[in-house]
Amino acid sequence: MKIPSNILTLIAGIALTMICLWYGQNHGLMPIAASAEARTVDEIFNFMMTIATGLFLLIEGVLIISIFKFRRRKGDLTDGPSIEGNIPLEIVWTAIPAVIVFILAIYSFEVYNKMGGLDPMASHDMGTQIAHHHHNDNLVALDLEGQEVALGLGASPGNKDEESLVVDVNGLQYAWLFTYPDTGVVSGELHVPVNRQVTLNISAADVIHAFWVPQLRLKQDAVPGREAQLTFVPDRVGEYPIICAELCGAYHGAMKTTLFVETEAEYNQWVQDNTFAQESFLDEAVARQ
Amino acid sequence: MGGFLAEIVRTELATPDPDLVQPEMYNQMFTMHGTIMLFLWIIPAGAAFANYLIPLMIGAEDMAFPRLNAVAFWMIPVGGVLLISSFFVGAPQAGWTSYPPLSLMSGKWGEEIWIMSLLILGTSSILGALNFAITILKMRIPEMDLNSMPLFCWSMLATSALVLIGTPVLAAALILLSFDLIAGTSFFNPVGGGDPIVYQHMFWFYSHPAVYIMVLPFFGVISEVLPVHARKPIFGYRAIAYSSLAIAFLGLIVWAHHMFTSGTPGWLRMFFMATTMLIAVPTGIKIFSWCATIWGGKIELNSAMLFGIGFISSFLIGGLSGVMVAAVPFDIHVHDTYFIVAHFHYVLFGGSVFALFAGLYHWFSKMTGRMLNETWGRIHFALTFIGFNMTFLPMHQLGLLGMNRRIALYDPQFQSLNIVCTIGSYILAVSTLPLVINVLWSLIKGKKAGRNPWRALTLEWQTTSPPAIENFESEPVLWAGPYEYGIDSENEDEEDVEDMLAEVSAQS
Amino acid sequence: MQSSTVEDPKLALNYHKEVEPEGHHGEHPDHRMLGVIVFLVAESMIFLGLFGAFLIYRSMMPVWPPEGTPELELLVPGINSIILISSSFVMHKGQSAIQKNDVPGLQLWFAITAAMGAIFLLGQLYEYSHAEFGLTLNVFTSCFYVLTGFHGLHVTLGLLLILAVLWRSRQPEHYSETSHFGVEAAELYWHFVDVVWIILFVLVYLL
Repeated sequence: MKIPSNILTLIAGIALTMICLWYGQNHGLMPIAASAEARTVDEIFNFMMTIATGLFLLIEGVLIISIFKFRRRKGDLTDGPSIEGNIPLEIVWTAIPAVIVFILAIYSFEVYNKMGGLDPMASHDMGTQIAHHHHNDNLVALDLEGQEVALGLGASPGNKDEESLVVDVNGLQYAWLFTYPDTGVVSGELHVPVNRQVTLNISAADVIHAFWVPQLRLKQDAVPGREAQLTFVPDRVGEYPIICAELCGAYHGAMKTTLFVETEAEYNQWVQDNTFAQESFLDEAVARQ
Repeated sequence: MGGFLAEIVRTELATPDPDLVQPEMYNQMFTMHGTIMLFLWIIPAGAAFANYLIPLMIGAEDMAFPRLNAVAFWMIPVGGVLLISSFFVGAPQAGWTSYPPLSLMSGKWGEEIWIMSLLILGTSSILGALNFAITILKMRIPEMDLNSMPLFCWSMLATSALVLIGTPVLAAALILLSFDLIAGTSFFNPVGGGDPIVYQHMFWFYSHPAVYIMVLPFFGVISEVLPVHARKPIFGYRAIAYSSLAIAFLGLIVWAHHMFTSGTPGWLRMFFMATTMLIAVPTGIKIFSWCATIWGGKIELNSAMLFGIGFISSFLIGGLSGVMVAAVPFDIHVHDTYFIVAHFHYVLFGGSVFALFAGLYHWFSKMTGRMLNETWGRIHFALTFIGFNMTFLPMHQLGLLGMNRRIALYDPQFQSLNIVCTIGSYILAVSTLPLVINVLWSLIKGKKAGRNPWRALTLEWQTTSPPAIENFESEPVLWAGPYEYGIDSENEDEEDVEDMLAEVSAQS
Repeated sequence: MQSSTVEDPKLALNYHKEVEPEGHHGEHPDHRMLGVIVFLVAESMIFLGLFGAFLIYRSMMPVWPPEGTPELELLVPGINSIILISSSFVMHKGQSAIQKNDVPGLQLWFAITAAMGAIFLLGQLYEYSHAEFGLTLNVFTSCFYVLTGFHGLHVTLGLLLILAVLWRSRQPEHYSETSHFGVEAAELYWHFVDVVWIILFVLVYLL
């Protein structure tokens, strides 16, 4: 039986599409997503993964077929056909990546906007604040009255009006310090209630650190002298690692702590427990790291 | 040397705890690994090919400024020795990016030596680039116009432009950094009112183009190697040539994509995302054109070609993940993780190093007058390819799952994948053995190569192997465009080339 | 691919047989001037980097120069700038002289240029020694010293180049109307240093 080659190509094309659609959804490469924003990031990753798988299979396929089909026969010293280009074809394969990239850019822009990246409050860079105001009790250089400034990701446009739980995050070699201005709790771990908007004001005391929670798909460098902001709504109870993702010295790899996303009741309990013993908690947190 | 450090790094990562080397030492290791590989291996290797091939390809007897060239060359060992000597005073620990304030706090003299050696190496590459650009522009044989010179020259032209524009800015950043370090100024130190982000901008203004400085010459190498061994003209000469220039230009305006998570305001992130993604277009053109070059050819599957195809397939992965990390929301997640480590190793190892080997197997006969052994070459390729993919492919997943880079101790859940990576890296280490054996053995006992063992059409194959002093015994003759294979294959093209060769040697 | 080379390759070969290769082991054309220009492009990128950093600091600081910086004195650097800028014109006279094969003229004008350059450097030293602030006071003063210092380094280099030209010109026949690359290179370098100073002066002193 002889199948015409264009039908073969068609079948190959359909198979390719199916494979990459399937793999794009089922690659299993991402950790658990613990917020709605994280899931939108996953969607964009799945989308990119689909396209990438397609292109990957296409090009590797071309290479492999060429290797087998277009090998030089023994003793054949002639050259291949003299094809020096094909303008329409070249235009097509210039256009394809251009279109893909265009779609991707628009899509990323949408997602980024959804994550609050273009929130004017959070995305506007007001420059350095000269770190004159070193408080003695902790090293957070905060000046929230005057300038509400930060880099990073603000609230999602949908949740703008919601009041968020504010936590000041300070990175120092090699620990994270979390201060809750509302209750005065100081902790080495981050506890937040589930389904409530959280705003982190991130700063650094000595060198550059980066606050990263893989499950939230959020990362922001903590730059000394600047302040950055992250806003997110965790919607999944659990314990997630908080990792420092910017080389900060010899024990950079050990600079880790945990994010506890808890139910409202658990969280309140935790606040209760810690309001009294915060002095000792601070010591413990520093000593432990 | 750089590879040796990498092996230590990988061995360290075989277990989750720091047990082989101390974390300080570990940080010194990867800092030096990065610096050595980039500044003492890939960039000089590209420059070496360029130095050797450009005059040959354009039919010149030497570079435009031979003396300057010698100066540039001897600066490399000086810089290299200086860099390695920093181990004696405590090598730098701040990564090859040396972000302040960390670089200001750890190991002052190690850091300063690092700066000095980078300044020397940078000057060397500026002088080299100046030389390349002028040689290419001014010293071609009269019959060769810009559009008929080999593609390698095009890519070196783009590279030189990048070096000339980018490297001085790095020098400026390093000068300021060393003022901070030695004289106690505070350009980048927030305590005195400086700003570390400024350093990041200046650093990446050079160091992103630096990626293209490292990869573009090897795009050129591939564009030379593929058509010769596929016996087919390069597909879309102009598209490939101009896309090199496009990449160089775009490369200059994308630097802040390394800083999406640091101090870059939102709208700027969007701008840099757009420009970064645009680079995918010229790169895609190149990859498609290379595939089309191979397609339908008569492929001689020797070591050079194997490495050439290995290059396309691994660079492809690097390119695809490159587009992914350009998307800001996704980059926020993977920035500074092993995903990035995997990405740039696919670009720089899968890209530059594979093409470097392809070029080595291709031009070894021209350089030494002897052929490399094919069997050893194939073993070398197989080991490199397997080792490379085994080392770096799992790193994508590691990064996505949450392993950050530059750490000596990590979460035990990542151990199994890390062990795969480590084993892969051992295979990579072993893969250098066949190469060394092959080169040494072939130098002494290899089959003699004629002027043109590959029946190639670029000018360098017209001279003797190895080339005479001042390159050509007689004025080289532009007998055909660089890639005009199969022009008259019916009339036994082979004999044509032989005829022409005979005539050329008769002339001399 | 262009169509002209797609023709029979033999044609090109035959064409070439007619033109016998002539002695090519001689001098190749002089590209040194182009080299100097390209080098200066690279140099200007260093300054561009430094100016860029300066401008970023300037735009970020709420008060610029930061509080507590003493006023910069303008008189001495002002005179200095005039000297440096006019030296460029003086130097050009020297180059015109050599184009007329007038070596003593070249020597005279270049000597004056060298003297003016030296005065500029002395003026800079005077300014440094009388400045009321140190290198590490704040970002502005650091920038001030690094920029002017780096520029001063270039002036020194230019001065040495001029002196080298003067030294060589003592040898008769070294420079002539047709061959005076050294003179041209030194002059171009000096103009470059001058232009950088103008930008620097505007940025650091005036703004």
